[in-house]
Amino acid sequence: MMLKVSQIETYYGPSQALFGVDLSVDTGELVALMGRNGMGKSTTIRSICRLTPAKRGHIVFDGQDLAGLRSFQAARLGIGLVPEGRRCFASLTVQENLIATARPGVWDYTKVVSLFPRLGERAGQMADTLSGGEQQMLAIGRALMTNPKLLILDEATEGLAPVIRQEIWAAIRRLKDAGQSLLVVDKTLSELLPIADACVILEKGRSVWTGRPSALSGDLRDQYLGV
Amino acid sequence: MRKLTRESWINSSLVLLLALAPLCASLLDEPYYVNLASRVVIIAMAAVGLNLALGFGGLISFGHAAFFGLGGYVAGVAAYHAFDGSYFIGVIPGSDQMPVIWLVAVLVAGLAATFIGVISLRTQGVYFIMITLAFAQMIYYFAISFPTYGGEDGLSIYVRNSLFSLDTSDPLIFFGICFFSLMLSIFVTRRIMGSRFGAALTMARLNDIRLATSGVEPFPIRLTTFVLSAMITSGAGALFADLNGFVSPSMLSWHHSGELMVIVILGGVGRLFGPVAGAVVFVLLETFIGGFTQHWQFFLGLILLSVVLFANGGLIGLLAGRPRHD
Repeated sequence: MMLKVSQIETYYGPSQALFGVDLSVDTGELVALMGRNGMGKSTTIRSICRLTPAKRGHIVFDGQDLAGLRSFQAARLGIGLVPEGRRCFASLTVQENLIATARPGVWDYTKVVSLFPRLGERAGQMADTLSGGEQQMLAIGRALMTNPKLLILDEATEGLAPVIRQEIWAAIRRLKDAGQSLLVVDKTLSELLPIADACVILEKGRSVWTGRPSALSGDLRDQYLGV
Repeated sequence: MRKLTRESWINSSLVLLLALAPLCASLLDEPYYVNLASRVVIIAMAAVGLNLALGFGGLISFGHAAFFGLGGYVAGVAAYHAFDGSYFIGVIPGSDQMPVIWLVAVLVAGLAATFIGVISLRTQGVYFIMITLAFAQMIYYFAISFPTYGGEDGLSIYVRNSLFSLDTSDPLIFFGICFFSLMLSIFVTRRIMGSRFGAALTMARLNDIRLATSGVEPFPIRLTTFVLSAMITSGAGALFADLNGFVSPSMLSWHHSGELMVIVILGGVGRLFGPVAGAVVFVLLETFIGGFTQHWQFFLGLILLSVVLFANGGLIGLLAGRPRHD
């Protein structure tokens, strides 16, 4: 098991956001983390990345308990994060964004640029001059350059034009086919479910359902996803 | 051939002006103006050091006078012991050789900056400003209370330190040494900011949490930057002591830290040649308007206010626009 999250409870100051979340991601697996807005998806990701550490419960990644680690240490173990909202470093070029935090491994500049050719065309351009879709590609590329064992994508296609969204989904499919372990939060279930190996639904800070996408009934969707 | 940006043209013109002005002054037999140019260049170099931390690293250090003064005191103390043949703390002989003095100055400032940085960089914002100020003031009061090296009265350097076989007492030659040192400090800053380390430093300034989620700890990057910045500023301090033939605790005072910050902001925070533009304006205002009125800082205040309100990229930003990569 690459990632195992067991009964984590996370707080923002005195406010409890997670009340017991369980999920696991196996090597090469794509797990979809689902739920309506405000149900704890991003907080779960923040807990896994040690940005908002859980007060109770355990997160074991690649055989190591993440308790006590700082976020950069968790990242060095192999957890790559593409945060919500196309977070690039605006005053750096595309190339600088990619290489500054790169770590050795299968993903290098050439490979990332072959996944997203637009980034290669705009290598010397400042990140804040890119379109929203290109910035998202850059955010994914930057995470890949750290050669993560597990890549976490938080709303990677949100707010993008349909054409760009298709490009991002095509890239996610290529990553999965290449054996990359993925934990994906996204509202586009029509794209996400066909490639997911497992789904976890969160409701009010708890994981309420875990199973294969094929077992996700219409009732469950109505009840927890509001679709 | 790569097209030069407007900023490159402005920077080149600034360097050319700075190099030609003392040459003209020397031809006109005006050594005062050659020394004035040396002063501009040395203060610009100190500000280049601060700009690395403040402008590129976002580390608002209000204690860089400590490093400037440490560099000055290394030059002063080394020259003092070399002059009377005595030993520092009974074992270390003095030296009047600039390369030795620069090396020691840079090492001493580096050690001090490591100690100060390890403590102060655990804080941010106003706390960081206050801790760096507090450390600088501690060093200032230490210098005042140390009578062996002049205490409050300072320490004279009777003969300008030597560099190989050059006649360093010649104002133009000394200007050349200072100018070379400034260019070297700008070159080093440029190389740092053009490297992966520089990109990571920018990331740490823009969003250290995002940097950490990429597996890079921001603290060592900031500490290294702070130390390198202090080293550059201390080199300027050693030259400043040689220029004036004198070192005193005023070099360590918080006024001086404030002046360096003003120079960086005036010229352009995070612009490679911003400190040079800032130092030119600052020293010329101090010299020429200061010749008419002792309240010259009133005019400096007006200029600074205008720059902050209407040109947040400083003078370089005003002339060259938004920063861009070459």
